[in-house]
Amino acid sequence: MKFEDEPVPGYPLPILPGHTSPGRLERVLRAGAFAVTTELDPPDSADPDDVYRRARVFDGYVDAINATDGSGAHCHMSSLAVCALLTRVGYAPVMQISCRDRNRIAIQGDILGGAAMGVCNMLCLTGDGVETGDHPQAKAVFDLDSLTLLDIGRRLRDEHRFQSGREVTFAPRVFFGAAENPFAPPYEWRPFRLAKKVAAGAQFIQTQYCYDVPRLAEFMRRVNDLGLLDRVFILVGVGPLRSARAAEWMRAHVPGVHIPDAIVKRMAGAERPAAEGRKLCIELIREIREIKGVSGVHVMAYRQEESVAEVIESSGVLDGRTPWHPARDHGLQPSRAAS
Amino acid sequence: MYAVRRWSVRHARGLETGYRLFERAMAALHPLWQKIGYERVEKPVAAMEQAVKGLLFDCRMCGQCVLGSTGMSCPMNCPKSLRNGPCGGVRANGHCEVDPEMACVWVDAVAGGRRMRAGNAALEVVQFAVDQRLSGRSSWLAVAREQAGAPA
Repeated sequence: MKFEDEPVPGYPLPILPGHTSPGRLERVLRAGAFAVTTELDPPDSADPDDVYRRARVFDGYVDAINATDGSGAHCHMSSLAVCALLTRVGYAPVMQISCRDRNRIAIQGDILGGAAMGVCNMLCLTGDGVETGDHPQAKAVFDLDSLTLLDIGRRLRDEHRFQSGREVTFAPRVFFGAAENPFAPPYEWRPFRLAKKVAAGAQFIQTQYCYDVPRLAEFMRRVNDLGLLDRVFILVGVGPLRSARAAEWMRAHVPGVHIPDAIVKRMAGAERPAAEGRKLCIELIREIREIKGVSGVHVMAYRQEESVAEVIESSGVLDGRTPWHPARDHGLQPSRAAS
Repeated sequence: MYAVRRWSVRHARGLETGYRLFERAMAALHPLWQKIGYERVEKPVAAMEQAVKGLLFDCRMCGQCVLGSTGMSCPMNCPKSLRNGPCGGVRANGHCEVDPEMACVWVDAVAGGRRMRAGNAALEVVQFAVDQRLSGRSSWLAVAREQAGAPA
């Protein structure tokens, strides 16, 4: 999607009426296009090129890139830094903020700092427990939870105040998001949890991996009944499975991932499991797109990021449009655009 | 104690009624608390509160009790201290992501809330961020003071 008012890469777009951020993701969603977001696996390194290399594989296929914040309670380059690197060349990152590692003083500072560096989208998460990560000996903070974080972030933006009441002179112009998992108990209460997040300030939602379309459809129907679809954009999480064993491992070890037995069986019976996983992912995306109220997909392809382009291309969800990337409009090499 | 805590959720309705009466009594005693001085009774009342609520709910003395809005399942027992609903990591059997032996406090909260007078409506209210300064202080006295219209 090319806008009339395309800025020089690295500079913000003008904020349209009714928008809260100068970002591309909000523009794409509010324009009614089916959005595609993905997740960048942050490097265990201090080399900025590791970040750019990982971003480049998505060029032309995604509207925004999530920078995870110590996901699975593992230590990596910080989401704030990954985002700052990405905005330098014009990418639209989604800065994930987890409540596990920082208190409200640090987090509010990061919201201001991120916005100052051109981050337009922030995803407010509670975060995984430290027990699941590579530093189980660490102290878990959880001064806030995802909802109170949304509430504080929204007030920072709309009321120009820290939680303490102290004023900020230039408010962060951010599109706030949150996560939801329709596939974990208590199922019947999940739509209400979503309603609370919307009330607290969530403008978009990225869900956990969806491998169970009927359950998603039921969830979306209830979300619609609560009158939430006009107030929030829902992007459904999807991802290609690599093999039956990977599927088994994921549902046993990754918190909140629900993979029905039929899917595992299908993967086990496949001659070329990785190709079957991509095929399954494409089918899921097409089915998910048909559900009322779904505004996009969030593709999480951990350690097979290079498959995102193929999956999105084959699914046809972009309807022929090319999301912005550093080389799109100017024929520049990404390294040139950075300079 | 875990077993007692689960019992409390199963008897959320009765506890809600009892709690309501008790709250009224605490508020009625406002002149007495004021006469002795709220700060002076703070310690003994907080100790009593900890003993009673510790037994019934595994109370963590956050000092800003929301049991009435969480189906009588104390949210501070959640390893992530979630006060606004369950995280996305709840296991298929309704147990906690962090501690697989423990039922998710929010799965319990939804079950407890259903038994309460207003149903789950109270669970749908957004709870603001906890004030860590109140940790260890008595919620009972805070409620008494609030209901009497006295400044905190």
